[in-house]
Amino acid sequence: MAEKMELNEVEVWDGNYAAAQALRQAQVDVVAAYPITPSTPIVENYGAFVANGYIDGEFVMVESEHAAMSGCVGAAAAGGRVATATSSQGFMLMIEVLYQASGMRLPIILNVVNRAIASPLNVRGDHGDMYAGRDSGWIQLDAFNAQEAYDLNLCAFKIGEDINVRLPVMVHQDGFLTSHTAQNVYPLSDDEAYAFIGDYKPVDEMLDFTRAVTYGAQTEEDWHYEHKAKQHRALMDSYTVIDRVFAEFKEKTGREYKRLESYLMEDAEVAIVALGSTVETALLAAKQLRESEGLKAGVVAPRVFRPFPFNEIRDALANVKAVAVLDRSCPMGAMGALFNEVSAAMYASPHRPLITNFIYGLGGRDFSLEDAKAIFREQKGHADVGYITTPLQQFSGLRGPKLGFYEMKRSK
Amino acid sequence: MALTSIKNLKEFSTANERFEGAHLLCPGCAHSMIVRELMNATDDNLVIASATGCLEVCTAVYPYTSWDTSWIHIGFENAATAAAGAEAMYKARKRKGTLKDPDAPVKFVAFGGDGATYDIGFQWLSGMIERGHDVTYICLDNENYANTGGQRSSATPVGAHTSTAQAGRVSYGKKQKKKDIVAIMAAHGAPYVAQLAPNKWKIMAKGFQKALETEGPCFINTVSACTTEWKFNPKDTINITDLATDSLMFPIYEIIDGRQLNILYRPKNVIPVEEYLAAQGRYKHLFKPENRHVIDMIQKEVNERWEYLQRREEAGV
Repeated sequence: MAEKMELNEVEVWDGNYAAAQALRQAQVDVVAAYPITPSTPIVENYGAFVANGYIDGEFVMVESEHAAMSGCVGAAAAGGRVATATSSQGFMLMIEVLYQASGMRLPIILNVVNRAIASPLNVRGDHGDMYAGRDSGWIQLDAFNAQEAYDLNLCAFKIGEDINVRLPVMVHQDGFLTSHTAQNVYPLSDDEAYAFIGDYKPVDEMLDFTRAVTYGAQTEEDWHYEHKAKQHRALMDSYTVIDRVFAEFKEKTGREYKRLESYLMEDAEVAIVALGSTVETALLAAKQLRESEGLKAGVVAPRVFRPFPFNEIRDALANVKAVAVLDRSCPMGAMGALFNEVSAAMYASPHRPLITNFIYGLGGRDFSLEDAKAIFREQKGHADVGYITTPLQQFSGLRGPKLGFYEMKRSK
Repeated sequence: MALTSIKNLKEFSTANERFEGAHLLCPGCAHSMIVRELMNATDDNLVIASATGCLEVCTAVYPYTSWDTSWIHIGFENAATAAAGAEAMYKARKRKGTLKDPDAPVKFVAFGGDGATYDIGFQWLSGMIERGHDVTYICLDNENYANTGGQRSSATPVGAHTSTAQAGRVSYGKKQKKKDIVAIMAAHGAPYVAQLAPNKWKIMAKGFQKALETEGPCFINTVSACTTEWKFNPKDTINITDLATDSLMFPIYEIIDGRQLNILYRPKNVIPVEEYLAAQGRYKHLFKPENRHVIDMIQKEVNERWEYLQRREEAGV
């Protein structure tokens, strides 16, 4: 039996250590992993737990991230709890298998410590990898700090393994900004954490020999479409379980999570929509602007990137006049993905605020309080004149001449 | 472990009906013979992983399956890792006591074609062997990418015609030598590595049993004659395989712990490779006068290889 770990009421953990602790407490059966910056410490910390008798499960250090996810799929199909971690290039190498994991409805937990995608090679945080996973059929939870990285890992197992969901779940955190920044984290005890997640309940397991199972069959035009539609529906419907798990987590810990987080939105006139650690920067900027300039600024942040909180976005932005949607991933030839989704939600609303798109923070470029304030002020300008005065897509924090694309077309 | 008796073929061939005759493999394909032999060689439960390829696309077309056992297919390159993952889960659950039947004996097997084994899945296979999973990996080597219409692989022999290494006015087909996968796997230090053929069915069944019995990663390269791409009559699969083993194009041998090499079959009358080549459409162009040197080259290499295997066996190192 694995030894239990005595934890303090408050620990000082970075995001990586918080995630590793959550995996330990979940009593994962198989971790198959390959190290990559900045997620490496998750695997290293877990390895230390293994070496010191805190883990009963198997720890398989494979030869690539593709093999890591392949091993996770084989292990999950054999009927147990499975988790791993990766970033950036490793994530890109995994992508083929990500689709196979979700297509086989295997509830694997993947910690993605977000990092930019080469070329040029870059180890710092942006959301290129997170965005590359958005069509892969995984639930995507987004942690903005170390506490949330811990909490959302515990929730992820409970959500993904629910019989009504049975889908893999990614828990995202920002490379370095969250993964390597030590903060106060309030953990549950080992017993409390495991009791919250519960035992793994095998479904169609390959190690039950009373009933043969075939995983990964071939389907062509006769069945492929129905399978994919069913999978999409399962992902769409998973929000009910996500809401229930978040509610149970609040009851246990007092910490509340929502699929769409809204801050200072009750009376907001302008808003920023963002993901990751940027949310905290934008919130601080909003608070300060409210005090110093009386600017009614608010922040909206998808906690759950997939399934996308479409209705919640529509409700949250129903009364604002101007919105800036921030994408920390270069869309390469289009508007930012988050911008597109937010715009689509608001187009289906009788109330359509002025929406612009900012690309920012690529390759770990700092996104400062001042950057956030400038964006809020610009939205205020749009709100006051009633139209967008800037290009629809701009680049925040970019050196050199201002870069922008597309103008708003105004009817006379 | 429960080994099936392998006294006579008729009895053995129906020992365990876990691979259904209903599948979409070509008539005369050796894949199904090899797979059935493996599954009949043990009475233990089986968890089988298959790489993308002929075997996979022909045996699990939804809503049907030919596998009356636990079976998984993920992708082209990762059958070894799929089996390794399942094996790791078995160990974890056994330790934790969460298996439904903890005493049920189970074996983990992965199948891949030569494309999945020699080429695209080479790294995954190497990793699985190096980590020491208790998995038997069986390559169904038909020396080409048959599932996609017969392109070259690194298992395609010199002189063979494939759709991406064609014989033509200025080409005699594939120029490069076949990769020696058996030596590479033995060099990993795997406890049991072998090259076997379905015409020598008793030797093959015993080799399979040895691999399944051996704890740790085992690798077996099996010769799987491909009626469609080698271009021979489907009724001649075993005849062609006889020519392959008796010409020593496919010597049958095993390597224990990466060291001790044992030759498992010595043809009484070694036939010239020319006879083996002449029986297949993929080598037809070699019989033009200008390509005669290729046949000579193949014969020379087969002779040298046989000499090498015999010396390795004698040396016992």
